[in-house]
Amino acid sequence: MKYDIVLAGVGGQGGLSVSVVIARAAMAAGLRVKQSEVHGMSQRGGEVLAHLRLGEAEPASPIIPMGAASLILAFEPLEALRYLKWLSPTGTVAASITPIRNIASYPDIGTVLADIRGLPNSILVDAESIGREAGNVRAANIALVGAVSALLPIAPEFLETAIREVFAAKGEKTVALNLRAFSEGRKVRATGR
Amino acid sequence: METIQLLGDEAIARGAIDSGIHAAYGYPGTPSTEIMEHIMETAPKGVTASWCSNEKTAYEAALGSSFAGVRSIVTMKCVGLNVAADPFMNSSVVKIGGGLVVAVADDPGMHSSQNEQDSRFFADFGKIPCLEPADQQEAYDMVREAFDLSERFHVPVMVRVVTRLAHARAGIVARPPRERNVPKKCDSPRDWILMPMNAKRRWHALLSIQGELLAASEESASNRLEKGDCRIGVVTTGLARAYYDENAPDLPAKPARLHIGSYPVPEGKLRALASMVDSILVIEEGSPFVERRLRGILPQSIPILGKLSGALPPEGELNPENVRAALGLPALKLIEAKTLPPPSRPPQLCQGCPHADTYTALNLALAGYEEPVVMSDIGCYTLGALPPYDAIESCVDMGASIGMARGIADAGLGPSVAVIGDSTFYHSGMTPLVDAVSSKANITLVILDNGAVAMTGCQETILPGGALRAVVEGLGVDPAHVRVIEPLPKNLEANAAVFREEVAYGGLSVVIAVRECLESARRGRKS
Ligand code: SF4
Repeated sequence: MKYDIVLAGVGGQGGLSVSVVIARAAMAAGLRVKQSEVHGMSQRGGEVLAHLRLGEAEPASPIIPMGAASLILAFEPLEALRYLKWLSPTGTVAASITPIRNIASYPDIGTVLADIRGLPNSILVDAESIGREAGNVRAANIALVGAVSALLPIAPEFLETAIREVFAAKGEKTVALNLRAFSEGRKVRATGR
Repeated sequence: METIQLLGDEAIARGAIDSGIHAAYGYPGTPSTEIMEHIMETAPKGVTASWCSNEKTAYEAALGSSFAGVRSIVTMKCVGLNVAADPFMNSSVVKIGGGLVVAVADDPGMHSSQNEQDSRFFADFGKIPCLEPADQQEAYDMVREAFDLSERFHVPVMVRVVTRLAHARAGIVARPPRERNVPKKCDSPRDWILMPMNAKRRWHALLSIQGELLAASEESASNRLEKGDCRIGVVTTGLARAYYDENAPDLPAKPARLHIGSYPVPEGKLRALASMVDSILVIEEGSPFVERRLRGILPQSIPILGKLSGALPPEGELNPENVRAALGLPALKLIEAKTLPPPSRPPQLCQGCPHADTYTALNLALAGYEEPVVMSDIGCYTLGALPPYDAIESCVDMGASIGMARGIADAGLGPSVAVIGDSTFYHSGMTPLVDAVSSKANITLVILDNGAVAMTGCQETILPGGALRAVVEGLGVDPAHVRVIEPLPKNLEANAAVFREEVAYGGLSVVIAVRECLESARRGRKS
């Protein structure tokens, strides 16, 4: 079993903590994990990319081969389109619908969302609203994880435990609202919201 | 023992701690920064872990540890080794006492560096061993091995990693730590006094152990030769192995393979590989270091393929795709989708960054001049080269802005301005400022004092913010022309006026723009 995930977002969105959550859960579930992160110059409001590779055996390459990713998890819709070359023809794109327009040339959001919808397998999530309803808009990232949890080769209990562990340092309130965002996110896929 | 998930950089740090280091020194630089950060966060009591003014001073502190008989690691990025080249090249001539490991993180693909230089050339230049891990576990193990080699052969040993290893996480298993050495002054300082009579003796000693270093490399378990079941040979070095292993299951037959993780280049094993095959493909991250050695100048008996032959791209990183193509495998199928091409999203200064206010004021002050020249340096403020600021015209090497501005003024152009960050100034800006003082250069130096090495993750500047005026005046700049401003939108007009006055002055002036980096302030509040 191999499961490769491209995590895409914009600097400052906190996407790397999602990579940590999924990685922890996967390890707890007995999988081997390799994670690649982008550090340095690219984080100042630019494109942020992380590769997360899960497998029964330790994945060899730190970066996912083009055409191999089972999932692109995009915290921002335009970023979902940036790494399509990495997606396997049978893979899924899951994206938050809220644009971050920090560039003048940001395309029409309707076209961006329509392009994502036009892909063979895609999930669009109003992750920001879920996060806000759960208590903090920053929980949007975890809402998105909830929305794809049925696709991941990891039982949701492991993800919940990982969320508890990763956010523990920030206090019980943060843990609780992220767990809420996660479980609301899980409903999205079921209802196709 | 349990498996722990670490960045390549963190695995190096853990390896150093478990090797019984007394000290770690370095200067932050992507992708090497996390080595020191992890040592700072996790080292036991009694271990000194310290950022230094630059890579050279860091290296020299590590040399002091070695003289005192204790182990130390010095960390830097690829171009940082250029700064430390002087102590580095001479450290192989002295007789190393306590083990000295230099951990260098190269940046093929130039994610955050000015070039793709390959530090293996430096190790070869200095005639010292270099270990090149292929994964996080090897990063840990090889640092430990490097300390053993250093104390066995009395030379520094390099551990070279690249971005994709430094910044990737995987599981490692640590081993029980070693005891630290007891500090003891070197008993033959003659071996450290590199005046010609000693230096010649030591140089001779270095040359005469080269055979032993090669023998150790030939025997090293890191250099593994495996038989194949076809007449194709593959050489992988360091991280290149990961890309080969990723694709190898799809190969119709198993090539004979030599993996190199330990240098000097194991010539005997390469000859043994060549005797089994009809062609050799060399896959290495960085420059074609091994390939060039293999090819030489005269014709070969068998074809040698790699970056020089065009089988792999001569620039940029290796990746699963270009290695796959070099192995003759068809590309994986990609998804067919017609979507708009996403415009790129370049990095930007944070909203409200003090540098933005400094640049806006500087641009305003220079607007009346026909051809102002603004040299700059390396840090977040380099982003001032991009719109909407378009405020600077160079970024070459740490500290270059000041010397270049002086050269430009000497050439008769101007007004000539240099813009440098506080940390870059302490790193390499003070010596060119002394040149500017002594030559009465007609330049205006702008020092951006935000109290942080912001670009690499907000390490503290080596001296606390606010110390710069005294430093600059101490170096001999006329106090009447050392001005301090606070870069805020409300001060725009006043700050532009200060720039106007100092640019018009016609001699050496320094404007220090003091305001804390927002990111650093945010992190400060958090902890
Ligand atoms: S990190 Fe600090 S110095 Fe860098 S852009 Fe942001 S505010 Fe400016």
